[in-house]
Parts: sequence; structure tokens; C-alpha cells
Amino acid sequence: MAFQIVINLIIAFMWMFLSESYSASSFIGGYLLGILLLLLLNRFIPDTFYLKRVFKIISLILLFIKELISSNIDIVKLVYTPKLDVEPGIFELPIEVKSNWEITMLANLITLTPGTLSVAVSDDNTHLYIHAMNIDTVEESISSIKDTFEKAIMEVTR
Amino acid sequence: MNANESLEFIAALLILAGSVLSVISAFGIIRFPDVYTRSHAATKSSTLAVLVTLSGAFLYFWVTESFISVRLLLGILFVYITAPVAGHLIIRAAYRSKVKLSEITVEDELEEVLHKEEREEPSK
Repeated sequence: MAFQIVINLIIAFMWMFLSESYSASSFIGGYLLGILLLLLLNRFIPDTFYLKRVFKIISLILLFIKELISSNIDIVKLVYTPKLDVEPGIFELPIEVKSNWEITMLANLITLTPGTLSVAVSDDNTHLYIHAMNIDTVEESISSIKDTFEKAIMEVTR
Repeated sequence: MNANESLEFIAALLILAGSVLSVISAFGIIRFPDVYTRSHAATKSSTLAVLVTLSGAFLYFWVTESFISVRLLLGILFVYITAPVAGHLIIRAAYRSKVKLSEITVEDELEEVLHKEEREEPSK
């Protein structure tokens, strides 16, 4: 991915040198041209076309924001219910992501999702321990949400 | 009401929403029974409250003084990245120092794991 971005920047600078106008607009023009060239020459370059991954990163960020807002609505509901009838608890979740970056992202996402808070990562990096606000109702749906998160993160990183 | 004024109004609304959210988060910290549930309120609501307030301030200065403050954007980014990590660390430290969970807690799958570790540690 980094390699493709470097190539794209080089093409943009070449375009600036060829047209001999050193401005932001000619840089952007060269960059768009480079995107087109990379798309055409995709077969000869290692990895898939990098804009796909950029779009996935953007959709992951949007997912972050959406989850943050919906978890806040949940908290507001909980704070304003007159009688607190939640059943908190800690459960463990087996995770498939391997590298430290992916685990960090996943733990942060879990902390910001409605009703869950990551407590600990097991020593061999295979389980996450999660404190849930309302364990019996939420656990099933939570784990399904987590599947979507894990999938989104894995799509970004590999 | 022209565009600038309405944007100013949106900025004011954002700041108001942020302050209401932080009040709610403070109520949550008072109301919930133990440190774990309190931290639910503390991490989520106050993060969003700070984010919304900062983006309201960003929008206000952008509209009224046409000044794009990159520092505010960076502040939003840093709060967004660091707040969940801070919550995680506090909760982890609380669990490791054996802060009790409240009585309404149903399930605790981490306890066996940690106890097993503690039994093994002296023999090392």
C-alpha cells in the first residue's frame, strides 16, 4: 500500500515538472492521473489497488463514530431510568486478529460500543475479556456486532 | 436568517449538546454502583461530549472569523484515540488490584484465569 502511494506521489511530481507549473492544482491533476495509471497497471503492481483500502479505512472511521453515538444514547437511557435493572458481568471473547495493531483497534472499538468495555487481553493474545453492562440480553447481539468489527478491521489490515 | 447565522446556530447547538452530555455522564458516574459500570459512563459519554463541544467551537471560529483551527481538529483526534485506552487501563488496574464488582454482577469469567496465574506465580 505504501509503495503504491509513493508511486502515485512520484507521478504527481513528474506531472508538475512536465507541465512546468508548480501549483497545488497541477499537483492534484497529476495525482488524479497517477490514480488512473495505477488503476490501469494494477496487474503489475504488488497488492490490490490502494484506494480500496482507503475506502475501507474511511468506512471503519464512520463505524467508530456511529457506534460512539449509539452507545451514548444507550448510556443516557440507562442514566435516566429511575430504577437501575442491569446485570453487569465479564465474559470472554475469542478473537481471530493476530497483530498488536489489530487487537488495539478491536479493543478500542469494543470500549466505544454500546454496553461493553474491554477489561483485559489474555497473555497469548487469543481472548479478550469484556465487561458488559447487561450481560444476558446483550451477549448474543454483541458478539455478532463484534464479528462485523473484526471483519472490518481484518479487511483493512490484510 | 442567512447561512452564516444558521451555521453559528448549529455551532451553539453542538456546544449545548456537548455540555448536556457531560452533565449526563457526571450523573452516570454518581448513579452507577461500581467502578466498572461507572467507567462505562465515564469513557463513552464524556468522550462524545468533549468531541461535540470541540467541533462546535471549531465551527464557530470557522464561521465568525473564517479561521480554521487545526489545533482543535488535532485535539478531537487525540481525545478520540486516547479516551478508550485510558478507560481500559483504569479498569484493568482496578481489576488487578481486586476491586470488587457490585452485587448485581452475574458472571465473571476473568476471575478463574487471573487466580490461576496468581497460584502459579509464587512457584516461579
